[in-house]
Amino acid sequence: MYSRAYQRLVAIPPLLWISAFLLVPYISLFCISFWQVHSQQIVHQWTLHNYGQLVGNPVYLEVLGRSARIAASVTALSLLLGIPLAYCIALRAGRARNLLYQLVIIPLWVSYLVRAYAWKTILGGNGVLNTLLIHFGVLHEPATFLLYSPFAVILTLTHIYTPFVFLPAYASMAHIPKALIEASKDLGASPARSFWTVVFPLSLPGIVAGATFAFVLSLGDFISPLLIGGPNGIMISNIVVSLFGAAYDWPLGSAISLCILILVVGLIAFTESLEKRLRLGGGR
Amino acid sequence: MSEPLLTIAGVNKSFGSTKVLQDVSLTIANGEFLTILGESGSGKTTLLRIIAGFEQADGGTLTMQGASLSERPANRRHINTVFQNYALFPHLTVFENIAYGLRAKRVPPSEIKTRVDAALAQMRMAEMAARRPSQLSGGQQQRVALARALVNRPALLLLDEPLSALDASLRVHMQSELKALQRDTGITFVFVTHDQEEAITLSDRIAILRHGRLEQLDTPRDLYNRPRTAYVATFIGKANLLPNGMAVRPENVQVFAPGSVTPPKDSQSWTGTVKRIVFAGASDLIEVECSEGVTLNARVPSGGSYPPTVQLIVAREHLIPVA
Repeated sequence: MYSRAYQRLVAIPPLLWISAFLLVPYISLFCISFWQVHSQQIVHQWTLHNYGQLVGNPVYLEVLGRSARIAASVTALSLLLGIPLAYCIALRAGRARNLLYQLVIIPLWVSYLVRAYAWKTILGGNGVLNTLLIHFGVLHEPATFLLYSPFAVILTLTHIYTPFVFLPAYASMAHIPKALIEASKDLGASPARSFWTVVFPLSLPGIVAGATFAFVLSLGDFISPLLIGGPNGIMISNIVVSLFGAAYDWPLGSAISLCILILVVGLIAFTESLEKRLRLGGGR
Repeated sequence: MSEPLLTIAGVNKSFGSTKVLQDVSLTIANGEFLTILGESGSGKTTLLRIIAGFEQADGGTLTMQGASLSERPANRRHINTVFQNYALFPHLTVFENIAYGLRAKRVPPSEIKTRVDAALAQMRMAEMAARRPSQLSGGQQQRVALARALVNRPALLLLDEPLSALDASLRVHMQSELKALQRDTGITFVFVTHDQEEAITLSDRIAILRHGRLEQLDTPRDLYNRPRTAYVATFIGKANLLPNGMAVRPENVQVFAPGSVTPPKDSQSWTGTVKRIVFAGASDLIEVECSEGVTLNARVPSGGSYPPTVQLIVAREHLIPVA
């Protein structure tokens, strides 16, 4: 056992770190959200004006709603791609398992920006996709809806966040004892039934964790919408960025940020309790 | 022996360059309790997994009730398995674990309820229906695993060392339960174990596997009285192996003071030095080093005393030729 004094001593660096990089920023964010801007100056006068604007001005709620829809679509698509991928690699790939796993991981080494830009060159008017489609006579002129649309944002974010669903789903599937899957086959279950009644329920904690990652990360994303979203693909974080930048309305930006923060923390708390319940239900 | 249920003919299996099974052929009769006995690495579990359909044989055929099993996946065989560590579904209740196979076969819900309840009652587990496997003791999990397999009324039940995870006293108890269950249901049991005594107690017939080959398949009594190989002779019970390719059981070696008797005509005799006497319950085992450099064990009544040199006599009928 370490002495009490020693225990306190080693607790100091993490406490300092958390204070400097989490506590102080959040407290100042909280304070600023109740201040106001007067003639390009932030005035330390307490007001609920910012929150009133957030609720009153339909633009903010609309963009917040769109962001949630985009994040939900990204989550759904990432699940649709990530779960079968995890299942195939974890349980069906045999000897190719490690190689395939690495192939899924490798894109994560490439910068997020590069991947977002890659979609720009694929989807653009003179991009790879349009060129190909015109070359094969499917289209006569470049399709413009591909780039600068919510569709482009969803596509890009799905590409970027599918590994975040895949990884925890893969980890929980790889931990399912082989004998359980054999037992379900032995009892007459087809591969599909075996998946839905054994693999899926037992990997649900990992799948929920992955879905939370995908939703939270894409809800807060502002680079993809900025690069390829166009005016209709703007998300809530883009508004926050512009409020802190060009618009110089830190109080309103802070108020929006706090709202997103509360939404996200609430969501994480919910999925965390869901995960815990699923694990207990799994009973091991 | 009644009509064959499962015929295994010339089965081979390799993992990489390791030959796990080599030309294994055997026939399992309807309603019998057959044990596949072997040390670890003998291929017994692989043979069971091939019968269940979890592994594909490299060569050879499996024929069940006249139909080939080769093209039939595990979920379409009329065979169920009790797994070594039971492999109960941790996220399902005891009831749902047992109902799993019936649901997969789309048995009507009312019939599922009746059959699962009957299975629970048979295993004296009715009060445990709503529990999860993690809330059960090892013996209870064992019963659920049995019920989960038997509720499907399989033609063949495979058991992969199901008792090895239980402690000794519970194991003996479960042995008699298993035997009774097999008698009552009339279902053919194929039981895999490395425990000779367990095999002898339970089985109608025992197939002994060694290095992937079938060493001998016989009733426990015949394996003991007529082992065909030296391996079987020493694996099932104790045996003295003689340099002339004969084996003799210690209880068939008679011990006399040297020169006190003339060996009968149809017998073989040795003279040797008593090395030690080992207490073995109802009898003692006496170890005698004979002049030919052969050491023989003889089973003698408990508590006797012997001169330093003794004469050993074995009637010819008790000499078993072994390969």
